Amino acid sequence: MRRFVLIAIPYLWLLALFLVPFFIVLKISLSDAAIARPPYIPQFDWAEGIWAFVRELDFENFIFLTEDALYWKAYLSSVKIALISTALTLLVGYPIAYGMARAPEEWRPTLMMLVILPFWTSFLIRVYAWMGILSNEGYLNQFLMWTGIISEPLIILNTPAAVYIGIVYTYLPFMILPIYAALDRLDGSLIEAAEDLGCSRAQAFWLVTIPLSRPGIIAGCFLVMIPVIGEFVIPSLLGGSGTLMIGKVLWEEFFSNRDWPVASAVAVVLLLILVIPIVLFQRNQQKQAEAEQ
Amino acid sequence: MIQFRNVTKRFGQFTAIDDLSIDIFEREFFALLGPSGCGKTTMMRMLAGFETPTEGVILLSGQDIDPIPPNKRAVNMMFQSYALFPHLSVWENIAFGLKRAKMPKQDLKERVEEMLRLTRLEQFAHRKPHQISGGQRQRVALARSLAKAPKLLLLDEPLGALDKKLRQDTQFELMDIQEKTGTTFVIVTHDQEEAMTVASRVAVMDHGRIVQADTPAKIYETPNSVYVADFIGDVNIIEGRATPNDGETYRIDWAEGQEPLTATSAHPFEKGQACHFAIRPEKVTISSERPADAANAVQGKVHDIAYLGNLSTYHVELANGTIMKAQSANTRRISRRSYTWEDPVWLSWTATAGVLLAD
Ligand SMILES: Nc1ncnc2c1ncn2[C@@H]1O[C@H](COP(=O)(O)OP(=O)(O)O)[C@@H](O)[C@H]1O
Ligand SMILES: [Mg+2]
Repeated sequence: MRRFVLIAIPYLWLLALFLVPFFIVLKISLSDAAIARPPYIPQFDWAEGIWAFVRELDFENFIFLTEDALYWKAYLSSVKIALISTALTLLVGYPIAYGMARAPEEWRPTLMMLVILPFWTSFLIRVYAWMGILSNEGYLNQFLMWTGIISEPLIILNTPAAVYIGIVYTYLPFMILPIYAALDRLDGSLIEAAEDLGCSRAQAFWLVTIPLSRPGIIAGCFLVMIPVIGEFVIPSLLGGSGTLMIGKVLWEEFFSNRDWPVASAVAVVLLLILVIPIVLFQRNQQKQAEAEQ
Repeated sequence: MIQFRNVTKRFGQFTAIDDLSIDIFEREFFALLGPSGCGKTTMMRMLAGFETPTEGVILLSGQDIDPIPPNKRAVNMMFQSYALFPHLSVWENIAFGLKRAKMPKQDLKERVEEMLRLTRLEQFAHRKPHQISGGQRQRVALARSLAKAPKLLLLDEPLGALDKKLRQDTQFELMDIQEKTGTTFVIVTHDQEEAMTVASRVAVMDHGRIVQADTPAKIYETPNSVYVADFIGDVNIIEGRATPNDGETYRIDWAEGQEPLTATSAHPFEKGQACHFAIRPEKVTISSERPADAANAVQGKVHDIAYLGNLSTYHVELANGTIMKAQSANTRRISRRSYTWEDPVWLSWTATAGVLLAD
């Protein structure tokens, strides 16, 4: 009985906080928009029975998504931005994780603290701070003009570059931590063994360090990519109107157009897209857990 | 082949290797023996190139090896932890060094297979290190370090993780491989029995110094210090004062009211010089009557008996309270043993049975 309760708790949690909301969204995505409150029909009515209700549901909104180029372009652009920014985050995060893992033992807690520290400030405030840094009269331009490197301010804010900067900055800890965990576990004598057997430092890094930190790299990449695909705050605050991302489209459908059914359809498709990397991520974690036994 | 010339290695304030000079010869099986923390691994790491001496030089075939990085040295090391690459199969682990040396594919394949045969790992070639047992892993590590046919092979406590039976088998295998390949082996161990078994020469270390380096028999029979005598095997140490008789024999006064002992020593002692007399338990004869012709005989009573199967060690308490150990072969059944607890017995030995050591 106790066992049953222990197993049931996470499933109940999942049911209440994921599956039930998901089915509500799915139901809305199959409804029609209406000027009402809530702004869609049909509403379930006990008097008419379940069949009358189900018969009114259809896939109209999903078909609509395929008809308007905006949507698939937004999905594609989101995936592209997610892939590029994941690569950039990896490029920045790997050396940081490597440096942390090789730092003297007594510094490591401090370095770890520094990586986690930004989480203590609200995410929104940090993104607003980047607006202050990147804008035409912002600190970055002021500094660069003061040093004389540039004479005209660089236009960064409201371009894709600002989005990438924002994403790399925000998601960097999610990349660093799993890679650091993998590198920290790496036995230093393996590198020595590689050198002993004729590897140069660079070869040893490439043939031993990288393959052995691969589970960390994969975990980090998924942890960055999955949320970035649906990211809404960073592109809308830093990317201006030129950056097309599905999160932004979703927001506009929902709040500007008040078209809940289409917004829900967008969300359902987004979820389906995310299922693929999430499943791959789970497989990676599982394989790693097996390898460690 | 290898020469350590006044090598000192310090880690900060701590001196791990202290002004050490030693020669290791070609095709030798050389064992470094010493308690944990005495600097054995540090010596190996200096040979492999992972540490540089603070002072002094190490010569390999007459050449200072200090400027040569580890990946360019004709030296391979078998790590204490094995350090097998977990992401590579047994086959790939063994091939790793050969691939770096750009060996042609066909030769490489043959060499790896030869190594697999040598270490009897053929069936496990495609397993990953975590899919094989500790003993097999240890053989993979050995095969990997042997594959490049190094001039010098360093083995850092290679058999530490094995149980006794497997350990003995592997010791003989190691000796066999050393003979077959003609490689110079330097093995680190803190197990004196292992060092004695495999090595042609043993160096006993203490606090970053080599106290004595000699053949196993000489180390055992004629240790040059109390430290070595005590470290290798079981020993009785009697403190006393030496007085030269004629020739190389000395009289040792060791306890009030006790007959002095007689012992020979190649090393001269002055009259009245403090000395330690060391004698192995198996060289002490135990008897119930005083033997007529023994050069040395002391009386005591049996304090304790340790039964080891083939041998028994008798702990005999002498009149002044000293415990002396005597070992004898159990040629008779245990129930027919001649002496038992509290029995008065005589211990005797010849003048040449022990060694006389200065302080
Ligand atoms: N990198 C290092 N930094 C500081 N001290 C070290 C280092 N390596 C070894 N030592 C010290 O040197 C001494 C000898 O170590 P080691 O050679 O590993 O001994 P062992 O004979 O047990 O193999 C030990 O006391 C150890 O603490
Ligand atoms: Mg050691």
